[in-house]
Amino acid sequence: MKPVAFDHQFPASLSDAIESFGEGGASLMAGNQSLGPMLNLRLARPEKLIDLASLSDLRAVEETGTLVRLGARITHAEIEDGEVPDPTGGWLREAAGHIAYRAVRNRGTIGGSLCHADPAADWVIVMTTLGATTILQGPSGERRVPIEDFIIGPYLTVLEVGEILTAVEIAKPGAGARWGYWKYVRQVGDFAKASAAVHIDPARGVKRCVVGALGRQPLVLAESEAVLDGSMSVAETIKGALPDRSGTSLAQHVVALERAIAQAMSDGGAS
Amino acid sequence: MDGDIGGGGPEGFGIGARATRREDHRLLHGKGRFVGDIKLHGMLEMAFLRSPLAHGRISGISKPDNARGLVFTAADLTGVKGIRADSALPGFKSSTQPILADTKVRHVGEPIAACLAESRAKAEDLAEEVRVDFEEIAAVHDLRKARDSSAPLLHDDWGENVFLESAVDTEFETAIQGAASVVTRQYQTARQCMAPIEGRGLVAVWDRTLEVLTLHSATQMPHIVRTGLAGCLGLDHGQIRVIAPDVGGGFGYKGILLAEEVCAGFLAMTLDRPIRWLEDRREHLTGGANCREHYYEVTGYAAADGELLAVDCSAIVDAGAYSAYPFSACLESAQVASILPGPYKMRGYRCKTWSVATNKPPILPFRGVARTGVCFAMESMMDALARDLGMTPEAIRERNLVEAAEMPFTNITNKYFDSGDYQEALARAVEAIDIKGIRAEQKTQGGRSRIGVGLSVFCEQGAHGTSVYHGWGIPMVPGFEQATARLTPDGGLELRVGVHSHGQGLETSLAQIAHDRLGIAPDKIKVVHGDTAYTPYSTGTWGSRCIVMAGGAVAAACDALAERIKGIAGHLLQGEADAVTLSGGQAMIGSAAVSVEEVGRTWYLKPQLLPETVDPRGLEATEGYKTTQDTGTFSYACHAVKVRVDLDLGHVELLDYVIVEDAGTMINPAIVDGQVLGGAVQGIGTALHEEMPFDASGQPLASTLADYHLPVASDMPPIRLIHMETPSPLSRFGQKGIGESGAIGPPAAIANAVNDALAEFGAEITQVPMTPERVLAALSNAGGGS
Ligand SMILES: Cc1cc2nc3c(=O)[nH]c(=O)nc-3n(C[C@H](O)[C@H](O)[C@H](O)COP(=O)(O)OP(=O)(O)OC[C@H]3O[C@@H](n4cnc5c(N)ncnc54)[C@H](O)[C@@H]3O)c2cc1C
Repeated sequence: MKPVAFDHQFPASLSDAIESFGEGGASLMAGNQSLGPMLNLRLARPEKLIDLASLSDLRAVEETGTLVRLGARITHAEIEDGEVPDPTGGWLREAAGHIAYRAVRNRGTIGGSLCHADPAADWVIVMTTLGATTILQGPSGERRVPIEDFIIGPYLTVLEVGEILTAVEIAKPGAGARWGYWKYVRQVGDFAKASAAVHIDPARGVKRCVVGALGRQPLVLAESEAVLDGSMSVAETIKGALPDRSGTSLAQHVVALERAIAQAMSDGGAS
Repeated sequence: MDGDIGGGGPEGFGIGARATRREDHRLLHGKGRFVGDIKLHGMLEMAFLRSPLAHGRISGISKPDNARGLVFTAADLTGVKGIRADSALPGFKSSTQPILADTKVRHVGEPIAACLAESRAKAEDLAEEVRVDFEEIAAVHDLRKARDSSAPLLHDDWGENVFLESAVDTEFETAIQGAASVVTRQYQTARQCMAPIEGRGLVAVWDRTLEVLTLHSATQMPHIVRTGLAGCLGLDHGQIRVIAPDVGGGFGYKGILLAEEVCAGFLAMTLDRPIRWLEDRREHLTGGANCREHYYEVTGYAAADGELLAVDCSAIVDAGAYSAYPFSACLESAQVASILPGPYKMRGYRCKTWSVATNKPPILPFRGVARTGVCFAMESMMDALARDLGMTPEAIRERNLVEAAEMPFTNITNKYFDSGDYQEALARAVEAIDIKGIRAEQKTQGGRSRIGVGLSVFCEQGAHGTSVYHGWGIPMVPGFEQATARLTPDGGLELRVGVHSHGQGLETSLAQIAHDRLGIAPDKIKVVHGDTAYTPYSTGTWGSRCIVMAGGAVAAACDALAERIKGIAGHLLQGEADAVTLSGGQAMIGSAAVSVEEVGRTWYLKPQLLPETVDPRGLEATEGYKTTQDTGTFSYACHAVKVRVDLDLGHVELLDYVIVEDAGTMINPAIVDGQVLGGAVQGIGTALHEEMPFDASGQPLASTLADYHLPVASDMPPIRLIHMETPSPLSRFGQKGIGESGAIGPPAAIANAVNDALAEFGAEITQVPMTPERVLAALSNAGGGS
């Protein structure tokens, strides 16, 4: 289980990285926690591995009155430990602390996680629920893509060849905002079997229920508001939204959303 | 049991001392030396092209043009024989496991071509370029369908897919007369991978001067590997040396001769270059030997007062494609038939077994061998009978367990339970888990979760010998065990044993026994093992046999050495050898003393001080040992567990876990604790997580540890151990084999606890691992839970 031989590159600048990446046959490497296993299993067979470790642009962090911008190479552990500002006052730290286990969190990055777009990954659902914005740099410059348009399928993003995710922008919630995030993992270190997140932010007019770990991008429930005010049941709504799900998996997702809502409504759910 | 226990004592380093394991300094500081640490000049790495199909005929193989001379197929293995492990039992059908598949592949992962390069990555590059043409054949993937007349045949000349069929019937029809309760269930255990932290691995080196092939191998049975290898390669034993360096866990997986070992041995000789192969995790999961997959149909018959009248069972063991050397495809099923009655008395018993061939890797005995499945089936049945009769699980067990006053007891399958108090173990576990408290708690519970409590009681035969294994028909029958004890010129002690430690702490516990016999300081005792060139022949480390067999042999060798030391000391002290006592490194007659070190120095370096008549055999003794009868020691245990079941998720959480365990005399209680705890963790894996699923085409579906779920630290409840210590009358110090015990009880105890939790819904789970999906299915089949 050894990778196919590759050329390991350390670009001097973001533009060098974009240029080399644009030539094709290359993979970007951030924390290597998802790419590494695929290289070893020879499922990924790039000729070049462009190591993002040397690019300080991707480690930049900016905080304004209304948002925080996290560079793509900020690690799960740095978020967990509070080494970077948490725009939500603790929700991100909490979520980060339950990704995989510490060894993975030390290396895994928020950017790598979003670009890998594993349907069961934590940042994928958390950022979708928070309505984050991705910032991409490519041969034709920068574009800003709302997270819901960035992840478009299982392991699928809108990134084009040569394009690099440089940062994620997360808005600070307003007064009285609430949050709940619950995932079902059987064992520490597993990916979620079912997950759901809830964000209520009256000041910004947000009422969102999102279901994750569906084998596709997270599902933002159109009926979020009705579910949250209790006029529609969680079970009926999820059943309706996911007609093809099997009994057990459906039940687990219903539990996930029920528990995420309960969390948001509890004392711990306030910002 | 001998009563003449010498120096040491629980506080020191002797028998019974909770001594820190001496090997741990090396192992825990990263100073161990494993096969993967061996690098030799000119060494080539080996990788295999393995079968992508579960079943197919090979119609052609082409090697990459650029790599002739580095890629080998079956056609290149001139004179090499495949691996055979034939059972002596009548009706057994023999299989030959090819070293490299030639005409047919019979499971995914079977090696087809060996590829050599300076690095593993390049060897894997080569393997990708080998082209094989197959005609795919339908696969046998389900043990219950293997005997269908329409099933494709694995071994064309067999006419069916059954290695061996067996049947026993003891007074069955008579016994079931008047049964008040008759309960039938189907139980199933999943196919597992053994997953030691270190995989298999080897370095094969040919010494053309000595004409000796040295195989460094991560094995728990170096002598048996040597015997197997000699047979396959057509070499004399004297031309093969097997060295097992530090071995990172085995559990049975490192107890077989591998096709990879034979292949590497042949290529090292042919090319005259060292060859290394290190199994990777994917090879282990998808191509390595498996364990545990059983299916049972059991009917229990009980009288109204709970007396167990009889058990009737049909069991199928999925033995995979080949009979693996040396345990064969039949050990599991033979054990099922003889061990199912567990620690209970019963009037009648009937059991049929089939060991079936399927398109999966061979099955191997994993820690506990068949007992884990058997205990799950039998103990689940005891609870089902109790529920049917309206009894508590503890009451039905108490009613039927063999009693202390009946020991030694010969059970319905002629197992000789040597000693113990099974009822006391049960009572202590019931008390420690607080069954009363849990029952009270259950009365007030509500909401979307339920708690439950479960028990399992079982005994573990260990260190059983010739008659037992001969009766089970396996090709390797253990007899005696030997050890060499040698005093060195500086008064140190070298012990040489043919068993091998792969985590059991033998470097400590065997030294404790020697210290006990000779009084030599622990830091002057060296245990030499894992090398066929240095150690007496042994079948190796398996079957919970080491502390009884190798421990007995070490004591015998040390006692013989003690006589020699006393002889020389007698001369030096100008007294009679018989009058000499050994203690604290001194040989004494009354108040006159000479150090054992001086005895050694005198014998080796200053013989002029000794008279002409001195015993010329010197200070080295090899002695053998057998237990007083070879039926085995029976340790036993009661596991008790409290669980919480989430009715919405099907999630099972372990809240509390108690193990009452009787290992007889504990040579080192800390090591016993470690063995029982480590085993229990693996048993919890069997109960809740571990499963290698196969699809209908025979493809293994869990190729990484992301899909094959091992138990992890955060799954573990606090496990409380309570020891009983009833000596075995059969072993030297009363010690009993304990290595496998922990892994036997958990699936049964946890399933019983889950079923207790779900009882109000009439739901029952009969299959492990108890995944959320299976728990929810049990609830929905019972129409309850919501
Ligand atoms: C045992 C284990 C358990 C895990 N459990 C969880 C879990 O419970 N929850 C969870 O969310 N995750 C889990 N993960 C995944 C982990 O969080 C990874 O860190 C994450 O998915 C990928 O981040 P990375 O920095 O390692 O990216 P890499 O592995 O380096 O890259 C992943 C992919 O993204 C691309 N990429 C990386 N950075 C960029 C960029 N800036 N722009 C464009 N493309 C980029 C790469 O080319 C690659 O295709 C687990 C991983 C392991 C090994």
